[in-house]
Amino acid sequence: MIFVTVGTQLAFDRMVLTVDQWAQQQGRGDVVAQIGFEAKRPSHIQWVEHMSPQECERHVSECELLVAHAGTGSIFSAMQHRKPIIIMPRRASLGEHRNEHQLATAKHFAAKAHVIVAWDEQELVDYLSHPEKVKVGTDFTPYAEPSLTQAIRAFIDGGV
Amino acid sequence: MTPQPTNSNTRPKTLMLVASGGGHWVELIRLRPAFEGHRQVYVTTTTGYESDVEGHAYHVVPDANRWNKLRLMWLVVRLLFLLLRVRPDVIVSTGAAPGYLAMRMGKWFGARAVWVDSIANVEELSLSGQMAGKCADLWLTQWEHLTTPQGPHCQGAVL
Repeated sequence: MIFVTVGTQLAFDRMVLTVDQWAQQQGRGDVVAQIGFEAKRPSHIQWVEHMSPQECERHVSECELLVAHAGTGSIFSAMQHRKPIIIMPRRASLGEHRNEHQLATAKHFAAKAHVIVAWDEQELVDYLSHPEKVKVGTDFTPYAEPSLTQAIRAFIDGGV
Repeated sequence: MTPQPTNSNTRPKTLMLVASGGGHWVELIRLRPAFEGHRQVYVTTTTGYESDVEGHAYHVVPDANRWNKLRLMWLVVRLLFLLLRVRPDVIVSTGAAPGYLAMRMGKWFGARAVWVDSIANVEELSLSGQMAGKCADLWLTQWEHLTTPQGPHCQGAVL
């Protein structure tokens, strides 16, 4: 099963409909998408507007490939379940978010954890058609960098 | 023999740990080694994450922003109630708006506050993160290039 998620709130039609069109052309009947509120309806793939965190986790744990917006929640979830993930950044210039932070998030995760980024619809289709190119993100510890947790710990312990 | 340190500062403290659902929550629970040994009270905006923090208190508050005044008021009331009940020594938040409000209101009751701006904010601090600079005692970004001498500072990232 391929699981597509737009994250918690906003629709991301450009990504969902690209997957929908690809799935239709390929005759894939095993694609499930969480599409957000006020989203355009896919014609081929199964979809829901919203999922609870547990439902979302369950779909991530059961999928063979995750396609997600470049949100940290989706990326961490894929890494924790050791699932291959394609991320597609939302673009504020296309009205998909309030600012362009997902472009930077995508760049960061691509560089630091080798997460695969589809920068546009064509790249997304290419990766969907060649899933062997999509690898699981690099080894992933469940905790933050020790320098960060130690700094917070020292602050907590330091006060009266 | 070395005498045991009689440092009362290391007594267990009550921590209120606040993060909205989604990425903010994941980032918060990745900080857990910092919280060990203290009383941990988690506050988020959705049910469903309870199993991440089993054995600790878990509370849900409304997810509000400054554009939805009614929900915002309800959030303030809920946070006030929680702060009075929990009486945290330290509040830690990875965002977003509910975390900022909890910190700001927690200061009225003498809590110290830690803000860790989300790793998703790469080009500039989140709006909540910018406002948090005025009330956080430890004000952190996860990006070296967003630091300034006056803060926020960077001590590493959740990844």
